[in-house]
Amino acid sequence: MRDVAILGIGQTRFGELWDRSFREIGIEAGFQALVDARLSSQDLGALYLGNMASGSLIAQEHIAPLILDYAGLAGHHFGAIRVEGGGASGALALHEGWLAVASGAHDFVVVGGAEKLTDVPDTEANRVASGTADHEWEAVFGATLPALWALVARRHMHEYGTTREDLARVAVHAHEMGAKNPNAHYRNRLSLEAVLGASPVAEPLGMLDCAPLSDGAAAIVLGPLERARKFTDTPIRLAASQVACDTMALHHRRDMTTLDSTVVAAKRAFAQARRTAADVRVAEIHDAYTISALVALEDLGFVDKGRAGPEFASGAFGPTGKLTVNTSGGLKAQGRPFGAVGVAQVVEIVRQLRGEAGDRQVSGAELGLAHDVGGTGATSVVHLMERVN
Amino acid sequence: MSIARFWRETPVRYNLGGCRCPTCLTVYFPPRSVCPVCVQHRSSIGRLEPFQLSGEGEVVSYTVVHDAAEGFEMQVPYALAIVKTREGPQLTAPVVDIDPSEVRIGLKVRATFRKLREEGKAGVIHYGYKFAPMDDVHRPPERPTQSETAPSTAPTAVASESRA
Repeated sequence: MRDVAILGIGQTRFGELWDRSFREIGIEAGFQALVDARLSSQDLGALYLGNMASGSLIAQEHIAPLILDYAGLAGHHFGAIRVEGGGASGALALHEGWLAVASGAHDFVVVGGAEKLTDVPDTEANRVASGTADHEWEAVFGATLPALWALVARRHMHEYGTTREDLARVAVHAHEMGAKNPNAHYRNRLSLEAVLGASPVAEPLGMLDCAPLSDGAAAIVLGPLERARKFTDTPIRLAASQVACDTMALHHRRDMTTLDSTVVAAKRAFAQARRTAADVRVAEIHDAYTISALVALEDLGFVDKGRAGPEFASGAFGPTGKLTVNTSGGLKAQGRPFGAVGVAQVVEIVRQLRGEAGDRQVSGAELGLAHDVGGTGATSVVHLMERVN
Repeated sequence: MSIARFWRETPVRYNLGGCRCPTCLTVYFPPRSVCPVCVQHRSSIGRLEPFQLSGEGEVVSYTVVHDAAEGFEMQVPYALAIVKTREGPQLTAPVVDIDPSEVRIGLKVRATFRKLREEGKAGVIHYGYKFAPMDDVHRPPERPTQSETAPSTAPTAVASESRA
């Protein structure tokens, strides 16, 4: 396997993009990434497109060649492949792109992620999202995605003394960062009181503990590291790409408050990159629900099991902490266009490693991590990116 | 959801019919075609035996849902729990016959046959298990709401037997 570099990045604004179609946002992100990489489209070997549910959300399947076509690239006849893994679809697409370049099957590939959630009513989008958990044995019995994560939260509170305020601080932090991100769905700051007082969704989670339903797209160009200097002055090495899976239903997990898929993916990723959690300076972690972020910090190895709440409260993961998480605003504030999330997380880490993150730039960022989750953890994907000096 | 898609699961959903691996004796719910514990030597494939759960268990986590799942809109707020059954398997189901705010981790519960949800005014009505407190302390005096009451004729004979 050869070293793989990230040569270009692109991203649309995330939010309720009512005036823009799925194909428009997919193409915008892709071209941004190609321009950023200074790469000609005829050099591409393949397109990998992460998407959760275009069939249910825009009644269009077979979307990878659709994007290729409207990008004006159908005449090149290279392969365009859709990748699906619930909320982890984007990160899974990146994993496939990494495999293709690392193995030598292709030299240059585009990895995209796109989702259009606001072409259907919220209730429909939420129903589709609940299909990323076990439909037959969870959703049929009244479970929604936030309800399942609420079950994780309640058990975490029971076992480790995590408080309602510990959860709420995750959302406050996300909006603090989102306010500095021009691409973010939400750019307003939130008070702790506002989060605690929001209407309940699935107790203990309220409306402001949950990431929004967003439209958006993001894209990345990958190529061999040995040729990267030709295309960019600041190549970023994709130092690790790992996928791990677990039981579909939350109730079948070994431990309800641990995502074993995340634990395993992270361990493999750190081994692959020959680094440790202590080396990571910036991380984009899965905060679809506030509890998701606390559990992720523990499962990725950034804090001992059960300690994420108090550590988060101490500021350890804020702008001046030892590790700064979700500088993009995370899923909570930057937005949650399911299939685009995993790609956008890596786009944000690349900005940080290049020193292009503007007001939210973290100083001395040299190694970054991105963590994407499908459903309640049946799939977890961990990527590590490092600056090449 | 099509009628067949729900109907084919009725023995499991109406009766809590699980299965057991004859090799390691682990009980599973819902039934599986291969034992995850014994999967390495493949001896369990096609050999898992039907195993009836008692329906008794304990709440290991719970939530009160306000933003309903599809088909549960008329039931909000409703308590949803992960229940650890006496035989081992865990499952997710609503907890009824108790004020949702009184559900706690450790609450002893027993499966009860109820209406789960309706697909609109003209669609299929789904029945299956929910859980109710085992003691009568938590049981509110009023009868179950209309939306949770099964019709007087039980959908199948199998379902009636399971309640006896």
